Amino acid sequence: MTVAPSQPAPQMAPASQDFILKIEHVTKRFGGLVAVDDVSFDVKRGEVFALIGPNGAGKTTLFNSITGIFPPSDGRVVFNGRDIAGAKPHQAAALGIARTFQNIRLFEYMSALDNVRVGQHCRTNSKLWDSLFKTPRERQEERTITDRAMELLTFVGIQAHAENYARNLAYGQQRRLEIARALATRPQLLLLDEPAAGFTPQEKVELMRLVDKILAEGITVFLIEHDMKVVMGISRNIAVLDHGELIALGSPEVIRKDQRVIEAYLGKGA
Amino acid sequence: MMIFRTMRKVWATDPRVDPNPLVYTILTVGAILYPVWAQISTGGQGDFLISVLADAGVYILLAIGLNVVVGFAGLLDLGYAAFFAIGAYTYAFLASDHMVVTPLGEAIHLPFWIVLFIGLFVAAAFGLLLGAPTLRLRGDYLAIVTLGFGEIVPRVFKNLSVWTSGVNGISALDKPVLPLWLQGPWSGDSLEVVQNFKIISPMAFYVIMVLLLGICVVLVNNLRKSRVGRAWMAVREDEVAAAAMGVNTVRIKLLAFAIGAAFSGFAGSFYGAKLSLVSPENFGFTVSITILVMIVLGGMGNIPGVIIGSLLIYWVTFLFLPALPPLANEWATKIGLGGLVPPNGDWPGIGEEMHRLQFLIFGIILVLTMLLRPQGLIPSRVRQQELTRGVTEDQTIEDVNAETTA
Ligand SMILES: Nc1ncnc2c1ncn2[C@@H]1O[C@H](COP(=O)(O)OP(=O)(O)O)[C@@H](O)[C@H]1O
Ligand SMILES: [Mg+2]
Repeated sequence: MTVAPSQPAPQMAPASQDFILKIEHVTKRFGGLVAVDDVSFDVKRGEVFALIGPNGAGKTTLFNSITGIFPPSDGRVVFNGRDIAGAKPHQAAALGIARTFQNIRLFEYMSALDNVRVGQHCRTNSKLWDSLFKTPRERQEERTITDRAMELLTFVGIQAHAENYARNLAYGQQRRLEIARALATRPQLLLLDEPAAGFTPQEKVELMRLVDKILAEGITVFLIEHDMKVVMGISRNIAVLDHGELIALGSPEVIRKDQRVIEAYLGKGA
Repeated sequence: MMIFRTMRKVWATDPRVDPNPLVYTILTVGAILYPVWAQISTGGQGDFLISVLADAGVYILLAIGLNVVVGFAGLLDLGYAAFFAIGAYTYAFLASDHMVVTPLGEAIHLPFWIVLFIGLFVAAAFGLLLGAPTLRLRGDYLAIVTLGFGEIVPRVFKNLSVWTSGVNGISALDKPVLPLWLQGPWSGDSLEVVQNFKIISPMAFYVIMVLLLGICVVLVNNLRKSRVGRAWMAVREDEVAAAAMGVNTVRIKLLAFAIGAAFSGFAGSFYGAKLSLVSPENFGFTVSITILVMIVLGGMGNIPGVIIGSLLIYWVTFLFLPALPPLANEWATKIGLGGLVPPNGDWPGIGEEMHRLQFLIFGIILVLTMLLRPQGLIPSRVRQQELTRGVTEDQTIEDVNAETTA
């Protein structure tokens, strides 16, 4: 099955462009608190990029800045060669950036299937009129939406729970459902905020396999993760944040040996 | 109440069994049999009963519309009656002699069916005007702003002097005309097709009301199961997540708000035509609250529940409570407490006392219903689950979250 855009998303970049996402001097302040402080790095198309750092380092805040939930106070977020800093969340989604949330944010009182259906909102276009009168066009589109939603649930392995309310799924299934919902937006870049949090070692292995599958669909994965085994195992490049500052950037080997990283993060026994 | 208990039992055992088809069937059959019953039980004097249910239909229409706003999209609208007023006054302006006395100097008599839709669009336009600046704000602000709007609109109509005749309102509105109508024994005539039939008989209003309601229920159900409906519920569940999934939340909320207003305007125009009279007194805060109570009590988000809730609340507020004082007198006499009937010193007499206690009694009825059945009479299965399950599941999820973020 294909999860990647079957038709190119509207603002598809030329294939030659190496970097899908460039973070350029991004700063985010909350009042006096500088949560993200002049951070710059690039994410290559088609890689797994990891962002690590102690709690409160500003990782989630950076995700929020990229997806328009809290626009950055300063700097540029360049996606596919275009500055999207200040874009609204739904615009970011339409451009091809999807995400999951650290503290799962599903539509709890909607079925798993409906959750994934909502994910397709920005890739479908039935108008009010079509919905009111169930025009043939709308019926056709609804069938496509349902088929695709089922495919995605199967892709993440929770198809058996399609009709259950999201809130009644097990914790691990909820995390997977969030990924399926994000994939439904046909992203080019998928942001995962601590996708393995609270997982058993077995579940973590399964998650890593799922990330590989997503990568195979041509989607770039940018994730925040605490578990160093997971991070070192799947990422090509890693950025390390501490107190909002970028303190290291490079391949897993480089990061593992970096003195500041060891002090700031690994040293704390995480 | 037996039927609810059975329904609840079925529900608890098999979540896939849906009571809604049963409720729809009962409602449809009931709507057909009701006029027959009304005429037979009163020996042909049932016009009043039929007229009452047609009036209740206006409230059902209002409740279905407000349910889109509150039940589907999760937006608290406390000034819903304002749009009702706008629809009704639109009809009064465009389908009566009233404009003669205004500076305009000339009466406007547009056909009923056209004004129904003008009322719909005018109300929707006001919905957009009010919603556009406020729906960007958080939910609580919307409640306050709509509350204010609901207070302002009737006051404006009250104070537009010659344009609205102030407190006196506008009367002698045009009766709707049907291009074609089939007359028959049911209206006491011989069977024949008539043209330009003027709708005066309660039965004709009733038939039109039932048809309109049927159409609205189908349309709103279509919406609920569509891309738009899902986006509404997503916004209700988690606005941030909905936005991150590509839903333009401001626009989708505005749409819900405008559709709700459109329903209200449509119902208002119909109401004006049926009563042939509009006055600012008919659109106060209590109307907004009554409609809200109808959907909460019936089962927010679930259309059959909303209809049942509307019928019940309509009956309580407009029939049962007003009839209570004479009833109380009668009962008191019957059980040998006739001494309570006449006023005596501080005691105003049981009838008057009941009249004074109306709202208390109404409140008690509401509180009792919500205590006995917090999810509403016929809830959407969403609410059903919310209140009967999930608490423990919630906790496990929160525990895991706490562990991982600690
Ligand atoms: N909406 C907000 N308002 C104020 N402060 C915030 C907000 N969101 C995050 N912060 C602060 O920004 C800092 C970084 O938080 P966060 O990005 O969640 O860290 P991480 O994800 O790396 O654990 C923290 O000190 C947090 O308290
Ligand atoms: Mg975080």
